[in-house]
Amino acid sequence: MIQLIYLARLREVLGTATETVDLPRDVMSVGSLLAWLRTRGGAWAQELAPGRAVRIAVNHDIARPDTQIKPGDEVALFPPVTGG
Amino acid sequence: MPVRVQTEDFDMAREVAALRGSDGRVGAVAAFVGIVRDLNDVAALRTLTLEHYPGMTEKALARIIDEAKSRWDIYEALVIHRIGELAPTDQIVLVAVTSAHRGEAFSACQLIMDYLKTQAPFWKKERTADGERWVEARVSDDEAAARW
Repeated sequence: MIQLIYLARLREVLGTATETVDLPRDVMSVGSLLAWLRTRGGAWAQELAPGRAVRIAVNHDIARPDTQIKPGDEVALFPPVTGG
Repeated sequence: MPVRVQTEDFDMAREVAALRGSDGRVGAVAAFVGIVRDLNDVAALRTLTLEHYPGMTEKALARIIDEAKSRWDIYEALVIHRIGELAPTDQIVLVAVTSAHRGEAFSACQLIMDYLKTQAPFWKKERTADGERWVEARVSDDEAAARW
């Protein structure tokens, strides 16, 4: 199981702030997680489509598509940051 | 604590005084304050709401300060970033750096601010008479961070 966190605009358009999910056995990286979430269709497919500006952090560190995910991880999805 | 995320306002003079304390080595303090502008692409801004990702924010800001310390001979650095609902003319962010000489203090302060804009997990939502919208990230901020 991993914890998924959605922030800012993504939380609003996906209608979800957090969820705990059991990943399929073959979902072991950030890239495959995104592909798996897109299979939910609708806003998930649209917002997480390739080329959309989605940033991902694994355990509070910015991740890349090949970053590995393991049970117990906290994975956050969010738009490009706009602080300061 | 060199990093603070808070709803309350801050007093730059007091923060700078605390940052340099009685350290006789300090010959320069550079401080930057970001302010909510009363300007918007389409309509007058009523409020700006700042959201962040607790846990990651503090870690990201601490890492940015470490990066500045690894590049320049600076003594102390402080980042205060406000969250919650702000209005035009409110202070949003303070970055302050102490060093022996001005060059290091200016450069470190600017790097911390440029990296904060592109790496620290904060998001702004604007509310105007026309409604609400999330602020889009700017390419110019990426370019400003890339020059370091």
